[in-house]
Amino acid sequence: MRKDSHGAKVPWHTTMAQVELKNVSFTYGDGGPYAVRALDDISITLGGSEMIGIMGHTGSGKSTLVQLLNGILKPSEGQVILDGTDIWENPKKIRDVRFKVGLVMQYPEYQLFDETVRDDIAFGPKNMGMTREEIETRVLEAARFARLDEGLLDKSPFELSGGQKRRAALAGVIAMRPELLVLDEPAAGLDPGGRLEILGSIKEYQKESGTSVIIVSHSMEDMAMYCDRVIVMASGRIMMDGTCADVFSQYDELLPVGLDVPQITHVAAALAKRGVDIGKDIYTVKYAAARLSEYAEEVRRRES
Amino acid sequence: MSETKTPIIEIRDLSFAYPTDDGEAPKNALTNVNLSIEEGSFVSILGHNGSGKSTLAKMMSLILMPDSGSVWIDGKNMSAEDITEEDVLDARRKVGMVFQNPDNQIVATVVEEDVAFGPENLGLPSAEIRRRVDEALEMVGMTKYARHAPHNLSGGQKQRVAIAGIIAMRRRCIIFDESTAMLDPAGRREVMDTIERLNREENITVLHITHYMNEAVRADRVVVMDSGRILLDGTPSEVFSQPETLWNVRLDVPQTTELLYHMKKSGYNVRLDIFDPDECAEEIAAAIRSDRDAD
Repeated sequence: MRKDSHGAKVPWHTTMAQVELKNVSFTYGDGGPYAVRALDDISITLGGSEMIGIMGHTGSGKSTLVQLLNGILKPSEGQVILDGTDIWENPKKIRDVRFKVGLVMQYPEYQLFDETVRDDIAFGPKNMGMTREEIETRVLEAARFARLDEGLLDKSPFELSGGQKRRAALAGVIAMRPELLVLDEPAAGLDPGGRLEILGSIKEYQKESGTSVIIVSHSMEDMAMYCDRVIVMASGRIMMDGTCADVFSQYDELLPVGLDVPQITHVAAALAKRGVDIGKDIYTVKYAAARLSEYAEEVRRRES
Repeated sequence: MSETKTPIIEIRDLSFAYPTDDGEAPKNALTNVNLSIEEGSFVSILGHNGSGKSTLAKMMSLILMPDSGSVWIDGKNMSAEDITEEDVLDARRKVGMVFQNPDNQIVATVVEEDVAFGPENLGLPSAEIRRRVDEALEMVGMTKYARHAPHNLSGGQKQRVAIAGIIAMRRRCIIFDESTAMLDPAGRREVMDTIERLNREENITVLHITHYMNEAVRADRVVVMDSGRILLDGTPSEVFSQPETLWNVRLDVPQTTELLYHMKKSGYNVRLDIFDPDECAEEIAAAIRSDRDAD
């Protein structure tokens, strides 16, 4: 965390990046006999200091969506607007977009390539043309965010454990100080402890940097725990967009599109059926437990 | 037939360390593990990354050989001195494996050809191959897709094709090594339902390695690994009634159990081993009622 002249903590970016998708459609193999429409007329604005979760069944278009955000894919129709400018207005400048919008792909640990972890994390800042001192600052800062021990920096990426490798890959993107960080399934394949560790460090990063972070995930429980806003995709369209409470209270609509709600939400619904109504907006165990003790307290008071 | 049936897989006092560079002390991946898997059972194996569960799976499928101790497949000691290559091949014909990434285990360009790959390599007559492929696809509910291209299938469908390939080779035991890890909720449900059906209806022994606690509760037995040893071994009820032990080794419990644990801490008399949302709600509602009546 940086500090201003009075020693107060300030976020990195005083202006927040805003990406706007305007009537975006994307078709794989456009014009060919096997054309598949992956996104169908999407309009949405992403940005602000928050953690945004995107969920949807396999093939719902969520990976296509995130690849449009930093110009890996170009929309077949519509515009991707970053801070007021269409990113494809000048295709030669698309590299600058990639510095602003950092993308951590699925299983990013397979993309580590340099001789040491330090060099691997430094790759982005180096390409941004930074000075040696600045690069070193960025590497240390990113390693801290990704909870990588400094002692690991001089090791070969191949000497790290699976979880450490994934965090090193994450550090490589954070080192560019992206205005918007996008992660595709950051916790896939990790054990419960590993999930907590990586998602916890991402959330911490989001809060400290004041940027917006987007995570794509299949885990409803993870969404519920970490995201401020949830976007649900189905068949190439945006089906829901709101807070966890908004989205998970509509579980009757989530099940048919191959999704689910956290198990605890089912428990709350089953409790309501039995006359124990603790609300429809239950999606974490902690909150459910707190509401239950309030409820029991209330019952006791009424009785006496 | 004798009273005690021969276990399909038995691990006796097994220890193993992966080879290390010169001068580095080897660290055991497995230490004195004893485990007996009964034919027809459904066993879940839990453990954090690095706990030894994948090493154990590789021992049971004879991909790795123990440093000490032994692996017995269907009553035969596969670690004995006089074991031949033919014995190993024979044992491998009893135990099949399904891996994590659906895209890494499909070899053909048409679903039914992919399922036929194994039986073809067994040198079976073509009528028999046809019969087995049809039967296997039927069992995993993929008959409709027999002539489809695998790359157009969803993750859950691809995994079911991979399972069909194993079934077509008539494996009596299937080890699923985190086979649901990369799937979306619908894909996980499809694969879990398929696994359960194979076990219940076809009596295929299932070993399911997973990080998802609500999958683990569907087994008859749960084995928890930590630091290369077996930490807990029992029914889902026995294992998940010990949330603190599981949290200590970076594992989790189903959310139903976690909520009941909170209730218990607040002084309610509730069971912890409930994994169904409806039953969980019933238990809590009853506890609140009896608390009120007691006042």
